[in-house]
Amino acid sequence: MDISRRDFMRVSAASGGAAALGGLVGLGADLAPTLAAAAELRIKDAKTYPSICPYCSVGCATLVRTVDGKIANIEGDPRSPHNEGTLCPKGAAIYQLHVNPNRPTKVLHRAPGAADWEVWDLERAMSRVAELVKKSRDETFIERLEGGVRVNMTPAIFSLGGATLDNEWNHIHQKLMRGLGIVAIENQARI
Amino acid sequence: MPEPMGFYTDTTVCIGCKACEVACKEWNQLPATNGGRSKLSGDSYDNTRRLDGIHWRHVKFIEQFDAERRQGRWLMMSDVCKHCVRAGCLEVCPTGAIIRTEFDTVVIQSDVCNGCRDCIGACPFGVIDINPVSGTAQKCTLCYDRMRAGMTPACAQACPTASINFGPIRELKQKAQARVEQLHGRGERGAYLYGADEKMLGGLNSFYLLVDKPEVYGLPPDPKMPTRNLKRGSLWSALGAVVVGVVGLISLRSRRDVNV
Amino acid sequence: MADSDCVIVMGSNMAECHPVAFRWPMLAKARGAKIIHVDPRFTRTSAMADIHAPIRAGSDLAFLGGLVNYVMNSPRWSSEPFFKTFVLNYTNAATIVSDEFKDAEDLDGVFSGLKEYTEKIKEWPLNAFLGQYDSKSWQYATAQDAQAGSGWKANTQQSGEQPAGDERSSGQRGAPAQAAPPGPPFEPLVKGLLKPPARRDPTLADPRCVFQIVKRHFARYTPEMVERVTGCPRDTFLKVAETLLASSGADRTTSFAYAVAWTQHTNGPQIIGCAALLQLLLGNVGRPGAGIMALRGHASIQGSTDIPTLYHSIHGYMSHPSALKKHDTLANWLAAETSARGYWANTPKFMISYMKSMYGEAATRDNDFGYEWHPKIIGDHSHLPMFVAMNEGRVKGMLCIGQNPATSINALVERRGLGKLEWLVVKDNWVTETATFWKTAPEVKSGTVKLGDIKTEVFFFPSAQVAEYDGSFTNTQRMLQWHYKAAEPPGDCRSDLWFTHQLAKRLKQMYANSTAPRDAGFKALTWDFDPDPSLPHEPGEVPPTAGDPDGLKILKEINGYYSDEPTKHVASFGDLKDDGSTTCASWIYCGVFPAPGQNRSASRKADPPGTPGAQLGWGYAWPANRRIMYNRASADLNGRPWSERKKWVWWDGEQKKWVGLDVPDFAATKPPTAKANPDAIGLDGLSGTDPFIMKTDGKGWLYVPSGLVDGPLPTHYEPAESPVRNPLYKQQASPVYKYWKREDNALVQPGDSRFPIVITTYRLTEHYLAGAMSRFNPWLTELQPELFIEMSPELAAEKSIANLDWVRVSTPRSSIRAKALVTRRLRPFTIDGRVVHHVGMPWHWGYEGLVTGDVVNELTSLVADPNVSIHEGKAFVCNVEKV
Repeated sequence: MDISRRDFMRVSAASGGAAALGGLVGLGADLAPTLAAAAELRIKDAKTYPSICPYCSVGCATLVRTVDGKIANIEGDPRSPHNEGTLCPKGAAIYQLHVNPNRPTKVLHRAPGAADWEVWDLERAMSRVAELVKKSRDETFIERLEGGVRVNMTPAIFSLGGATLDNEWNHIHQKLMRGLGIVAIENQARI
Repeated sequence: MPEPMGFYTDTTVCIGCKACEVACKEWNQLPATNGGRSKLSGDSYDNTRRLDGIHWRHVKFIEQFDAERRQGRWLMMSDVCKHCVRAGCLEVCPTGAIIRTEFDTVVIQSDVCNGCRDCIGACPFGVIDINPVSGTAQKCTLCYDRMRAGMTPACAQACPTASINFGPIRELKQKAQARVEQLHGRGERGAYLYGADEKMLGGLNSFYLLVDKPEVYGLPPDPKMPTRNLKRGSLWSALGAVVVGVVGLISLRSRRDVNV
Repeated sequence: MADSDCVIVMGSNMAECHPVAFRWPMLAKARGAKIIHVDPRFTRTSAMADIHAPIRAGSDLAFLGGLVNYVMNSPRWSSEPFFKTFVLNYTNAATIVSDEFKDAEDLDGVFSGLKEYTEKIKEWPLNAFLGQYDSKSWQYATAQDAQAGSGWKANTQQSGEQPAGDERSSGQRGAPAQAAPPGPPFEPLVKGLLKPPARRDPTLADPRCVFQIVKRHFARYTPEMVERVTGCPRDTFLKVAETLLASSGADRTTSFAYAVAWTQHTNGPQIIGCAALLQLLLGNVGRPGAGIMALRGHASIQGSTDIPTLYHSIHGYMSHPSALKKHDTLANWLAAETSARGYWANTPKFMISYMKSMYGEAATRDNDFGYEWHPKIIGDHSHLPMFVAMNEGRVKGMLCIGQNPATSINALVERRGLGKLEWLVVKDNWVTETATFWKTAPEVKSGTVKLGDIKTEVFFFPSAQVAEYDGSFTNTQRMLQWHYKAAEPPGDCRSDLWFTHQLAKRLKQMYANSTAPRDAGFKALTWDFDPDPSLPHEPGEVPPTAGDPDGLKILKEINGYYSDEPTKHVASFGDLKDDGSTTCASWIYCGVFPAPGQNRSASRKADPPGTPGAQLGWGYAWPANRRIMYNRASADLNGRPWSERKKWVWWDGEQKKWVGLDVPDFAATKPPTAKANPDAIGLDGLSGTDPFIMKTDGKGWLYVPSGLVDGPLPTHYEPAESPVRNPLYKQQASPVYKYWKREDNALVQPGDSRFPIVITTYRLTEHYLAGAMSRFNPWLTELQPELFIEMSPELAAEKSIANLDWVRVSTPRSSIRAKALVTRRLRPFTIDGRVVHHVGMPWHWGYEGLVTGDVVNELTSLVADPNVSIHEGKAFVCNVEKV
């Protein structure tokens, strides 16, 4: 995922630089003539959505502003008793998690032993993953231990991750895993 | 007219988190040095090094420890344009791109600037430089657009420990004075305000509470207005103002090679 | 923390890692509070502190033990009524411990009951304990088995530190010899678990009472010993001790803040336990400005512990059914996991409601609510043993969703494991090191491993970002906060909810026609999360991405509803039933969504500025929107605030109920004068002066008779790798920690001169953990572009290293390169009379991203705490040389 310097410049100029630099356009009316060039607020017509910072666990509240359905600005929510509108550098950079030329948007697949990725269709990939989960589960499922204890589980599929993810995901994911008999479920709380 | 507005930066509560640097970039959509692929400076935790056309806020780190570690402190300071009441940059600007706003702040109008660089040399604090994307001189605007909409500048809004305070200069001075007295009361005898009175360039609309000499923070102890003898540059600029498009383009190209 | 008179940050670099939370200690400081930072390095936190106490990494417990010893021997603490009243009534100080118990004092560093460990289950011999304790002798006198109950550790659930699911924690919760009586109702079963209360000596004079045992145990932790072990100058230690004591009492409180620098040790929970012991002694629990704040690392790591995507527990801190315990039937699980006294007496209601959330209508009283379908764990299935298992070919496939193990503990072992998988799914926002381990890992680039030999089939699914879907996070203060979808994710980026929901729907279809008994449970699993157009959503919401499940439907299942009337939500966990009439996945979250249209996690009503109180209108904190747990302790025996300055909740004699600034964490109308009924179960078994309602005895535990597998009292052990012999005991390291013995996981023996330098690893403000969320982000990478190693000028001079020189850092596992950052913020320590150098490295880098660097976790080893299987990344040894 290397981006060339030129790509970065192009993106900065189009999505970034231009907004601030080209955005310095005159309003005129209420200003002295020498102040003809003033900045128009680039979030003037934005829609605002309350959100939460996805980095550490402090739970800083943010406001996500969109213009024409595109994210234009993300900053601290001044109403929040946690952060009162403030953020750390990572929180201040949430915008760049969303609007970023480095961001991957395609499903990638690497066949066993293959030297490179191949772009796959999302549906095809989902079906293949479901197939593999079923195959591995069915091959390794233990109904009873040798000693006779009923366990109805498989130790051979591992689910890792979740501490940066939502409660709702954690719920349905652990439910699906345990429903299938997959017990090796872990997240960053362990490390 | 609204009253003069500005920043009061209390360096004793700065935790060096750099939220101000990033919040500024987010709001003003400024790029990172070399697309983010910069080098470790080796100078404490400062890797952006200075204020320039794409760094309108910059956090300085100063380590002060004796060999036995009996005494030690790590000073941090978020630096920014001082928005001087007597602003050298504004005075030397040949195109009138640099203006004083209704908030008594100093703003470079990017669409008028021709990139002549006169203001860069004129600033006693080294605040201004060319933004390689626009090819024009740029620096902190004190978020003029946000101020006009009644919003706090992005850096002050983000600052988690209220090191960066924003407001009417009159109120900021009172607050700063009270803080100096509190620190003196607690035995921090070295605390003082830098740039809060009119003796320094008529007053800095962005002033600081420091606990060591200005030089320690890389600030001039006695900043001066530039000399008027900027003939060569001015001439070049006047010409530039006429053919602004061409100059802008040249400037953009040349600066890209150096900086980006 | 803004209410604190003193904040001690230890095991955390709060200003750097939780800068916005650090706003509150800074506010307290502006009002005159003291900030103390105890840490090996002088960091951005130390820069703000009134006192920086430097200690060698891995010596925290010796420092805390020194504070305990100082407090217990101080004239003020021994004479002031506040401390005595609090400790005597609100802790187990007066409880008598069994005559069979032998302390570390008696056995030179180990406790009674130590024996050899042998694996019990041949299908999963990966538990890796060095030894094990039989905790029978640790119990309270007269009630050897049953009194020990489920330990509820307020604010210390850093990593779900419940006993690991092995046989050693069984038998501690009073599993009866005979089969438990069936239910529902399960009340007779719970009553059957009642045992006589433990003996107490209110004079605290009995040599077998907890108070005397604790005092003897810590007697050797003198200021001189603290200096010998930690390297912290004696006068600095004493300054900390004096400030802590002076900032504690009826009208003053001190809080502690810690993070993973307390957990990532082979005795992490014991370090936290020692701080809890100290805070209980000082009356700094359940009160404003007091307590122990766990600063957790991830946006919803608390949520993922509450709603556990962790192998050892199921919702709401209930133990996962286990083949290693007497969990063969539902009734036996309940008998093993329920405490007769305290709030955990309600366990059957929570468990049956959970089973209903799994199997819905198919969960009936006739089939034990589907208990047999529910899988059982067969050993330690946590992160480290899973990667060992992977290396042994025991694991076929892996779903890796938002985590980056290719840069994790003993990283080469983890990547080798990935290469043995048949398939690997990585779902992330960025193409991480884990996604590309087969292509760009150092061992592949160098040719040591041939790309074609890695037969793993790998998938990468790009993720939606936080502002591109709806959902809730639970923050480190247990507060749920909803975030809204603001924009559509680009391309094939999808939410993680989408992925799991779509996977479930496909699997449901694939198993729909199965008649195999093993598939019956999965067929019965309820899965009704597709959006329902008739359900109310807020106007202006961005519609969900096609195929996304409905987040509110999921939240409803978490919160709970009435099984026969699903549109009616359960409003409070007090309404849950043990007969299947309520369906509720997570009893502790019950109340967050009390009625349709009332998603309290989305509440954004802040108190007006300057109002004292708990901001109860902002978000929703479990349990029951309480902000300080065990807050009954903020009032004295008569229910009055200890002082006007520190009032929080109190008994209102006229209204005959508990009132105050927070939701009282106590039976709402139980007066302070209420007596405990020894024949009653649940809260009736506790008195009006027992604040710790999750504990079987209602007391804060200074001495922990059960729940920990490595001892009832905190004891200083050296890390698994240390440059020195343990100055405190003959026992060098924990006798029961976990070590996975492998050739590629060799350990340094104590004092090995080839690896004489202590190393600690950490993170920086400018980056995030394994780097996936910061190394692709230019605004952040330019702030900290390259990996470095911090070292003192003294060490640099010895090794002829100059600032910015390339340095090779080695352990027996691996060696990596980094640039030297030479700074006096690091210092050499004098430990037990000799100089020990100390270095530190941030661990954010890897081989992907805008900025790359070596993986610091190549250096770490697979060792872990025996309670919670957390590794020891905070203190080990290495060597450094100029390249």
